[in-house]
Amino acid sequence: MAQGWGLGALINLNHYGHYLQWHVFSISVANLLVIIVMIATFVAALVAPFPGRRNRKGPQ
Amino acid sequence: MSTDIDRQWTSRLRRSVVAKLPPDKLLPDTQPAYVASWIYVFGVTTMAALGVVIATGCILALDGPQWWHSSSLGHFVNSLHLWSVEIFFFAMVIHLWGKFAMAAWRGGRSLTWVTGAITFMVSILTAFTGYVSQTNFDSQWIATQAKDGINSTGGGAFFNVLNLGQMLMWHIVLLPIGAVLLTVLHVVMVRVKGVVPPIVETVELSA
Ligand code: HEM
Repeated sequence: MAQGWGLGALINLNHYGHYLQWHVFSISVANLLVIIVMIATFVAALVAPFPGRRNRKGPQ
Repeated sequence: MSTDIDRQWTSRLRRSVVAKLPPDKLLPDTQPAYVASWIYVFGVTTMAALGVVIATGCILALDGPQWWHSSSLGHFVNSLHLWSVEIFFFAMVIHLWGKFAMAAWRGGRSLTWVTGAITFMVSILTAFTGYVSQTNFDSQWIATQAKDGINSTGGGAFFNVLNLGQMLMWHIVLLPIGAVLLTVLHVVMVRVKGVVPPIVETVELSA
């Protein structure tokens, strides 16, 4: 079974999802991680320097 | 004096299209300096992901609604389809956050914002109909859960999530056509209006 599934074995996904629960709020760890990565990407897009920005000239 | 030829609808349409969107505005050579930021990359990332979603979806359509469960090529294309959808939504939501933070609907750009927002909703519907079109136990489970919700609204009388044929048609014909047309209109609006200037600049101009 493991043969040909080398990439999938990087993280073992062959189990039920993990969930976090706080009162009526429930979220899977996978979804929470994606949201955290999205927020991190958004912040990085705002602060990371854009290549070639210095010598670029706008039309005005 | 206008001639008959000037008045015919092809001439009038051509003149108004060229006036609204001349070729150098449709495909500009340069952009204002503030566009050199990573936040402007997410619109085109969303578009690129949408392209892969549609291309892989077309491959999945080639051999009917089940073959991808029983072939390694099918698994591969199915995975490409799913993961490009993940990138599509990931990029689209960051794009939305960026445009929200810039208040990018300013200066007569409301149609750009609204077409974006409607594309978002149409994409969610497309994803939902995709989930119930998988032809596996997962899709059966999702459909039997969803029917209770949609039946409680009365919508189930027309939109029957247990009807695989109907869901598949919506998923691979109606909704993708809607999403693509809306995306085209959205991007054409961006070109017509030009990229929105930074907030400080508008405040200075109007002061
Ligand atoms: C299929 C989904 C979408 C695609 C393919 C798409 C694509 C694009 C592209 C290529 C641009 C120009 C480049 C850029 O600024 O990133 C753009 C601009 C814009 N998008 Fe989207 N977009 C999508 C969804 C949305 C959504 C959900 C919203 C917000 C509700 C939105 C709001 C805007 C606005 C307001 C602009 C104009 C920005 C300006 O004038 O500077 N878009 N979009």
